[in-house]
Amino acid sequence: MSQVPADLQYSKSHEWVRKLADGIVEIGITDHAQHALGDLVFVEVPDTGRKLAAGEACAVVESVKAASDVYCPIAGEVTAGNPDLASAPELINQDAFGRGWLLRLRPAGTQSSALLSAAEYEELLRTEVS
Amino acid sequence: MAFIPHTEADVAEMLAAIGVQSIEQLFDEIPASLRVRSLDGIPPALNEMQIGKLMSARAQSDGRPLCFIGAGAYEHHIPAAVWAVATRGEFYSAYTPYQAEASQGTLQLIYEYQTMIASLTGMEVANASLYDGASALAEACLMAVRANRKSKTHRVLMPRSVHPHYRKVASAAAGNQAVRFEEVSYGPAEGRTLASTLARFDRQDITALVIQQPNFFGVLEDVDALTRWARERDIFVIAVVNPTSLALLKPPGEWGPGADIVVGEGQPLGVPLSSGGPYFGFMTTRMAHVRQMPGRIVGRTVDVSGRDGFTLTLQAREQHIRRARATSNICTNQGLLVTAATIYMSLMGPQGLARVAAASHAHTAELIAALTRVPGVRKVFPSPYFHESVVGLDRPVAPVLQHLADRGILAGFDLAEHYPELGHALLVCATETKTSAEIERYANALGDVMKAARAA
Repeated sequence: MSQVPADLQYSKSHEWVRKLADGIVEIGITDHAQHALGDLVFVEVPDTGRKLAAGEACAVVESVKAASDVYCPIAGEVTAGNPDLASAPELINQDAFGRGWLLRLRPAGTQSSALLSAAEYEELLRTEVS
Repeated sequence: MAFIPHTEADVAEMLAAIGVQSIEQLFDEIPASLRVRSLDGIPPALNEMQIGKLMSARAQSDGRPLCFIGAGAYEHHIPAAVWAVATRGEFYSAYTPYQAEASQGTLQLIYEYQTMIASLTGMEVANASLYDGASALAEACLMAVRANRKSKTHRVLMPRSVHPHYRKVASAAAGNQAVRFEEVSYGPAEGRTLASTLARFDRQDITALVIQQPNFFGVLEDVDALTRWARERDIFVIAVVNPTSLALLKPPGEWGPGADIVVGEGQPLGVPLSSGGPYFGFMTTRMAHVRQMPGRIVGRTVDVSGRDGFTLTLQAREQHIRRARATSNICTNQGLLVTAATIYMSLMGPQGLARVAAASHAHTAELIAALTRVPGVRKVFPSPYFHESVVGLDRPVAPVLQHLADRGILAGFDLAEHYPELGHALLVCATETKTSAEIERYANALGDVMKAARAA
């Protein structure tokens, strides 16, 4: 079973969301997702200032097998894309919940409650695997 | 590898495996109203003997006209070895095989093609080819929109001196995919794009600028200045080039700070005119943009035993993986034509190609001198040219061309439809294949026709 940190929220499409101190959120893909993709060779992150709707394709993670879209779990404006991923996409494989973050976002308005808790996401993984 | 179609038993077995009654049932989701039931106007099938007779009868009515038309397709000498080798069984498939790595010879050939085209254009990486020059330009515009992340507008500057068919194809293929084309006029006296014309875009968000070298009129654009102007404004430069010309002219990779994407028509490299196709397009770029480049790319690697091998690479964004979100769903590799071009380039070498280019330029200069000695014929643009140039007549071009065609001379491309502002203008071309005697024959015939028209 891949790790699922308890202090994060999750989406059904395997993104995680971390609340930072100043109202900003950090977004990445889960350990389960990076494992399913395999070794990443290229990552495209969104430009700062881009406004994203919930569910919109906001990044592309490319492994030797496939290029997959990452969907933004909540609406908002991008405050940063992870600049380290351009030269080191493997950070996502090595540290999906930490140095492998994809983007930071200032959420727009009230957040939807569609996100999953760690327990709910673990349950989702269990049902997907079985 | 063998290309053997499925037997009826194979088909039945596959249908049974997926629980479908007939092949027809697989097309169920296409509404009946959209299905073509009969192909009116298509005659019934002929057998091999009948079709052989029909085709040889038609071939005989072709004649062997003396051709001075360029306008995007060029008659060059093709060494006999090119097609003798290209049509060997090992190469003679127009398509990339699906089990690509099983065909190491095909992949090695494409790898060598990519290496040659990248070197010719002065760029870092080439794809395995595209349909033709015009669709390659359309793909380049879409690629520029994906790759130029400093621009948000998807505006592409398209000079009127770019081949009119290329402009039409680019707008048909890319115009409905959020690319906005904006026409840039040429200097009426010079026949090329002027930096002063671009000044009105100085402070605007522009995604890419297309530069054709030589341009449709055969005129050389000021590529260094145009590329510099674009780079200073974070505008991508899409170069459209004639491969033969690159043996003499500076490659796009060295235009000012360097072009970003290079495309062109590969036909001059060993592909016969054959009534307009099939040809192939080429595309090269810098490594920084390789993931946005459409089409296949062959890479060199080693197998488990450490032996050299070739493989398709960087295909994570192709349609068999990305489906609707692939970098392109309308591109392919023109395997057979690329085979011929690779053999042509390896036979000619850089020196041979430079001799073809130099002879073509010299013959065109000779042609222009001979034609402009005819009363009523003048050169339109004073600018330097490669192997094509525009001449102006003192009367409508179409009837003159018809009279010359009656004498077995295809005298050039009438610009009236696409460039009415040029008046009675004719685009002419002479490659290395045209002798002084043939050029004289054309000039004399033109003199006769013009004289007769004046007398009438």
